[in-house]
Amino acid sequence: MTPASGGTADAWLLVLAVIAPAACVPLALALGERGARWLALALAPAGVALAAAITAAVWRRGDALVYVLGGWAPPLGIALRADGLSAAMLLTTAVVIGAAALYARADLDPGRGAPESRASFLFWPLLLTTWAGLNAVFVGSDLFHLFVALELLTFGAVPLVCLDGRPATIAAALRYLLFALAGSLLYLLGTGLLYGVYGTLDVVLLAERVRVEPTARIAAALMTAGLLAKVALFPLHLWLPPAHAGAPPAASAVLSALVVKGSFVLIVRLWLDALPGLATPAAAQLLAALGAAAIVFGSVLALRQARLKLLVAYSTVAQVGYLFLAFPLASATQLGSAAWTGGILQAVSHAVAKAAMFLSAGLIAKALGHDRIDGLAGVGRALPKTLFAFGLAGLSLMGLPPSGGFMAKWLLLRAAIDGGQWWWALVILAGGMFTGGYVFRVVARALASTGEPPTLRSPVPRHLEALVLALALLSVAIGLLPFASFGLLQIGRPS
Amino acid sequence: MSAATLYGLCAALLAALGLYGFVVQPHPLRKIVAFNVFGGGVFVVFGVAARRGAAAGFAADPVPHAMVITGIVVAFVSTALAVALLLRLHAETGRASLRLDEPGADERGDGA
Repeated sequence: MTPASGGTADAWLLVLAVIAPAACVPLALALGERGARWLALALAPAGVALAAAITAAVWRRGDALVYVLGGWAPPLGIALRADGLSAAMLLTTAVVIGAAALYARADLDPGRGAPESRASFLFWPLLLTTWAGLNAVFVGSDLFHLFVALELLTFGAVPLVCLDGRPATIAAALRYLLFALAGSLLYLLGTGLLYGVYGTLDVVLLAERVRVEPTARIAAALMTAGLLAKVALFPLHLWLPPAHAGAPPAASAVLSALVVKGSFVLIVRLWLDALPGLATPAAAQLLAALGAAAIVFGSVLALRQARLKLLVAYSTVAQVGYLFLAFPLASATQLGSAAWTGGILQAVSHAVAKAAMFLSAGLIAKALGHDRIDGLAGVGRALPKTLFAFGLAGLSLMGLPPSGGFMAKWLLLRAAIDGGQWWWALVILAGGMFTGGYVFRVVARALASTGEPPTLRSPVPRHLEALVLALALLSVAIGLLPFASFGLLQIGRPS
Repeated sequence: MSAATLYGLCAALLAALGLYGFVVQPHPLRKIVAFNVFGGGVFVVFGVAARRGAAAGFAADPVPHAMVITGIVVAFVSTALAVALLLRLHAETGRASLRLDEPGADERGDGA
């Protein structure tokens, strides 16, 4: 990057990706419920188009897009930067947010003539805030900018948890916020130390200046620990299940699919882009060990849940573990890029599959009036499309071909075996088996035959069933992409 | 001992006290107070970085000051949000502890 000449062509798209949802937040607050809903629904397709345009621009260029804010080059100013990882995450975010908005339009609608409720109104500005925060995290290239973006994300996500105002969800939101606060201060402390030593927080400049020394190591450890609390990696996962299971389905989908990934992307930025060569193999092994523990504990707890939404939430705890298996595999093998591609593909395919899962669980819960797994018998006959979507998403989480989850886990598995770290291969295989166990438990129960089909409390709108099915099919279709397209994820990676 | 070193030690002490309090205090309000003590320590770290003049090469680098102001605003907003949630929890349940937040405790039969 040449600081003087400023940014690259098409880089204004990055500014738009952050500004558009952020500018719509005050507008949505001013417009009231109906206006906010239409604003968000209109922005969703525009957001998908914008993310696709950014992806195309990164692909065409073969290098990262850079926008230098106000013409002030780092280290004095800050830059926005979008590489292949950013592009993939921006696109995933736009698709999942769009799906959640479509779902919420039907789910949270108070009905014609009914007075607007707090939840049905506030969902929209909070959704837009979360979107702005996520986009700012994905295009950020300055560690302090990333701190502010992460906080914006937290302030959007925490109120989404307690939208319905029940005491249990308020307590869950408060616990989530406390974990997030501790995490952000640890991150900020590391940022302060790095600035004190190197005099810059720009990711690219920092990578040039950083040396292997105790201060940098301590800063990296503090920041990683803080971010792990926000990703909810075992053993810092305690806040996640009640928070994600208590929220309305559309909010759960956004929280589980996207919000935790924001912090994950930041960890990748930190380890790979900002502070390369700083992490010891032992540190990477430790991260992966925590990931392995998350896979085992999360899956076992998911198997034991009595309620469908909690099962799906514990499944997130387990699936987040896979993301961290990429760290030792990438540093130790010739196939490092394969391991990273696998890790990022896991983030993307889990996002789509988990959104499909939460939304289909929401449809089932709304139709039955409860989400007890024991009471699901006959759902297979009453809501075949919804259950099929749940099963397809589960297929992707298990890692069965030809799904996106299969590609992700296969790449990780190959990196583990080729790199001689066979113990992680065992974890990946065992995790797939566990996932199969809890998905099968739900599907088997729902397909169990009863004398008569269960009485549905409310009919399920056709278009919502189609929406959920489309998301589930998308999570499978990611696995059918031509292999060359995964090269996108390598664009802008330091080699 | 230079002033910057003294401030640095002070920052470390505040951050350590705050983090310790945050971890061991079970009551959410005490956690929020501890968070602010921890935050105070972190902000002083930025002050030390400014005093030592990391990037500018001269004492009193202004960039950390700009960052600390943003950090204080963020910490203020976080505190306000946490206190608002806690007040709402107290108004709804008459308690201000996180004890009753077992996942779906009010609607679920068995524990996990």
